[in-house]
Amino acid sequence: MTDNTPSPVIRIRDLTKVYHLGAGNDVHALRGVSLDIFPGEMVAIMGPSGSGKSTLMNMIGCLDSPSGGEYYLDGLLVSDLVDDELAAVRNSKIGFIFQKYNLLARATAVENVELPLRYSDDPTNMTERAKAMLELVGLGDRFDHKPNELSGGQQQRVATARALINHPAIILADEPTGNLDSVSGQEVLGLLLKLNRENGTTIVIVTHDQGVASQAQRTIRLFDGNIVDGEQH
Amino acid sequence: MSFLRVLKESIASIFSNRMRSFLTILGIVIGVGAVIGILSIGAGASDSILGQIESIGTNTIYVMNGGQDEVTNPKSLTLTDVEALSNRSRAPHILRVTPVMMGQSSFSSGDASLQTTVFGSYSEYAEVTGVELDEGEYISASDVDTRDAVVVIGPDLAEELFGRRSGVVGSVVRINNFPYRVIGVTKAKGGNQFNNPDLQAYMPITTMQLRVVRQTVPNSVQFIIVQAQDAQSIQLAIDEAQQVLRETHRLTPRQPNDFTLTNQEDILDIANSITSILTILLAGIAGISLLVGGIGIMNIMLVTVTERTNEIGLRKALGARKSDIMFQFLTESALLSLIGGIFGIALGWVFALIVGTIARNTGTPLTPVVQIEAVLLATLFSTLVGVFFGWYPAQQAANLEPVDALRYE
Repeated sequence: MTDNTPSPVIRIRDLTKVYHLGAGNDVHALRGVSLDIFPGEMVAIMGPSGSGKSTLMNMIGCLDSPSGGEYYLDGLLVSDLVDDELAAVRNSKIGFIFQKYNLLARATAVENVELPLRYSDDPTNMTERAKAMLELVGLGDRFDHKPNELSGGQQQRVATARALINHPAIILADEPTGNLDSVSGQEVLGLLLKLNRENGTTIVIVTHDQGVASQAQRTIRLFDGNIVDGEQH
Repeated sequence: MSFLRVLKESIASIFSNRMRSFLTILGIVIGVGAVIGILSIGAGASDSILGQIESIGTNTIYVMNGGQDEVTNPKSLTLTDVEALSNRSRAPHILRVTPVMMGQSSFSSGDASLQTTVFGSYSEYAEVTGVELDEGEYISASDVDTRDAVVVIGPDLAEELFGRRSGVVGSVVRINNFPYRVIGVTKAKGGNQFNNPDLQAYMPITTMQLRVVRQTVPNSVQFIIVQAQDAQSIQLAIDEAQQVLRETHRLTPRQPNDFTLTNQEDILDIANSITSILTILLAGIAGISLLVGGIGIMNIMLVTVTERTNEIGLRKALGARKSDIMFQFLTESALLSLIGGIFGIALGWVFALIVGTIARNTGTPLTPVVQIEAVLLATLFSTLVGVFFGWYPAQQAANLEPVDALRYE
């Protein structure tokens, strides 16, 4: 347990995940992970492949359900929720940034940023809100560009605007710079740092790049399904 | 997500794969087109057949050999039966009676020769069945009495034999190599390859019995046509005819009829049900192509779901519920199918028009009728095909786990 002054936005207790691959062949991806992430933090999650890093990210992103333990996101116990409830949580509380941007190829920048709004409770003024977000990430002049008309760094900034559109409790970035050259990568990372510092956005970055992790305030290291180190920078 | 949005996305998706969408839609176009075309032609054929049956005479009752149930040793219908039915005091509601025999005979004149249908009957046949003459006269009662070698021919037959459609009265035609004098030419009625009254000939039944048809029972006829006084007395005429025939056939009260009485209305009903059965049968066969089209949609939707696995994962990550994904893919398949249905209706319509034109140009009395019910049914049905065959792929899409879908390469 860490200190209890502000309540954590992510509160995970003894989270386990077991994959049943066949008779007697269970893979323990997470072996009782506990961690707290507080509002306004920027945290990096690191670990070699097979460490449970992706599994933990899927849990935090409500993309998968744990086998055991508890996970509170923004005060809500999400480890017990069913499919449609999880979809609503993902929509309103989590902003995803993926390594490969995952933009819809047929859609313009504005339409891509709008996408989470279309599944939200408040699908009004979508275009205006999407444009405002694109301006925030510095793409005010690229509204009607399709992904193939944008550079990698610009595409990742569109994805960042999309992640921000529903004002989520956390931004969950999975290797956000993994597909970018160092200049574009640093540009995207700079944007995330700026959002964290200036807007107080809580950001969780999953990465294996030490250079990226070192720019976060804290790094959580996973090994064989356990947290081995929770260092403060 | 609003329906309009989903619709917009579906249209965009269909257009982004033009060739594939076109080929998928084509399956439905052909299926719906075939169904609409066949239903239209069926409706036209039905109208035409019913019209022809109505034209064979009004208030008529057909007397056929043999009972409705199995009868041992049914007596043949003979000219004696005809005489009895013609007796006013025994059957007051019967206006006219004529026996009929039909046969295929070879007609020749000079170098021309052909096989065609010849009818043997009394002079009443013309009035009973509505045969009208363009020139000359129909067979008279005295022709029947004296077994004259005379014949009335249709205009098409005149054309075949003499190279002209009129001015042939008095000419001689050989039927089965025996000479007959042409005494009349019937008015053109129009017909088709299978049933052309303009290519038929008529002669006294007595002459036919003597020269054309070899008989086992003397004076036997194939069937008898009875004409009632008017529409109201048809049932009375049937009852009287039955009574008279039971007497002439010497049936005891316990024996069933060894003949069958059918009135024109019954024949209309039978023809009606035959044409509907045929139409349903053919439409059903055409419907199979619609089924194949539906399978095509399912196939393409499964490919689409696989191709867009990543997108589905993304949408789920961004908050799409199962029902959102399901609805999106169902809309897409229903839309594919509906577009196919609309073009299919157009194709069926064109098909019906072409068949109608060909029929007109060949003198076949068939005018296809595109019924509004068929159009509505096709629209509804094609959309349902899309939903039905899109259901499984849509479910596959909706049930994808977001984690797996996002990671899918």
